[in-house]
Amino acid sequence: MFKKDITSGAKSKVKSSVQRTIRQKVLDAYPLLEPYIEDILPKKEQLDLVKLPDRVSLYTLQSTPLFFQHMDDAILPHLTIVHRYPNCFPRLRIDRGAIRFVLSGATLMAPGLTSPGGRLPGDPNDTEGRYGKEELEAGTPVVIEAEGKETACMVGVLKVGTAEMKKTKKGQACEAGHYLGDGLWTLSL
Amino acid sequence: MATESYPRTVLYCGVCTLPPEYCEFGGTTRKCEEWLEENKPELHKKLYSQEALEQNLSALSLDAQKRAEKDSQKKAAKAAAAEARDAETRASSKILIKRIERNKRKYVTAVQGLEAFGLDIKKVAKDFGKKFATGSSVTKVPGGGEEITVQGDLSEDIQEYIEENYKNVPDDNIELIEDKKKKKAEQQAV
Repeated sequence: MFKKDITSGAKSKVKSSVQRTIRQKVLDAYPLLEPYIEDILPKKEQLDLVKLPDRVSLYTLQSTPLFFQHMDDAILPHLTIVHRYPNCFPRLRIDRGAIRFVLSGATLMAPGLTSPGGRLPGDPNDTEGRYGKEELEAGTPVVIEAEGKETACMVGVLKVGTAEMKKTKKGQACEAGHYLGDGLWTLSL
Repeated sequence: MATESYPRTVLYCGVCTLPPEYCEFGGTTRKCEEWLEENKPELHKKLYSQEALEQNLSALSLDAQKRAEKDSQKKAAKAAAAEARDAETRASSKILIKRIERNKRKYVTAVQGLEAFGLDIKKVAKDFGKKFATGSSVTKVPGGGEEITVQGDLSEDIQEYIEENYKNVPDDNIELIEDKKKKKAEQQAV
C-alpha cells in the first residue's frame, strides 16, 4: 500500500466522540490490547487524523503514528505500536528466505508461512503458544514476524484462512499492508 | 514472556531507521553496522558475531543464498547511487533569497531552493513566520515549483537564520539577490 514514499495530506483534529468509536473499534479488533489502551489511546488526549494518499487515514497522537485505515477496512496498527506491544496481536511467522521479499513490499505468499521456518497457529514446533492455537479466518489483520528476529516486520490482512493455507500451501497469503521501511514507516510528521 | 513489562522499548537504527535486526536487508548494511558498533556495542556483538552470521547463512539453501547475495548487492549499489545523486544535487543547488520591491519602501522576501536540501518548505515557512513575526507563506512560482514569501525586507536575517538552524546547508550555497522590477514598469510593458 505504501511502496512509494508518501507525503502526508491535511491534518485535522478528531472529535472526541469519533475518538471514542475508534477506541472501541481498536479494542474490538485487538482485545488483548485492553490493559494498555489507556497508554496507547488516552481518553483525554487529542487524536489527530492525517490524510494519506489512496484514501488512507492515519491516526496520530502528537506526531506519533498509531493506527491507519484504508477507507472502512480493518483498522491496522502502525509497526511502532506492534514493536511496543508485540503480544497483543494475532501473529504469524515467516521463514528467513521470505524476509527480503517482504521488506521490498511483495505480497506475502503461503510457502513462506508453511515452510519449517514459518509459523502458523497451532504449529507443533511452537511450544510457547506464541502464535496461538485457533485458526484465523481470511480478512483477519495479522502481524508478521520473522524467523530469528524479535521484532515484527509487517502488518497485513489475511487473504486466505490459515486452515486452508495449511492445506494448499500455495498462493497469496497476506496482503502487504505496512512493512518495515515503506512509505508509512519513513513518513515524518 | 508474561512478566515482560509494556510498552517495550525498541531500538531503531540511526542510519536506516529499521530495528537493527533488519539492517542486513537494507542497502546500507555496512553503515548500519558501524553505527550499531558505536552506539550499542553489546547488541552489535550479538548481531554481527561470526556465529550469528554463519547461522543466518546456513538457514538457506545454496541457491537461495546466491540469489539473496545478488539481490543485496543490487540494493547496496542502488542505495549508494541514490546517496551520490543526493549529495550532488545538494552541492550544486543554491538557495536564492530574493528581495522584491513591492511599493517603494516596502519589500517582500522570496526564498527558493530549500527543498533540495531535504527541508519541508511548509514547515520552514511556518518557522520563518514565527521567528520574524511576519506573514510567511508558500507560493507557487510560475515556472513550476514553490517558494516561500515572507513579508518585509528580511533577506539578511533569513540568511543568518538558515545558516544557524539548518546545518546541512553549506553557507556558500546561499545567495542574496535584489529584484528591482517595478510593478508600474512591468504593467506599462504589458
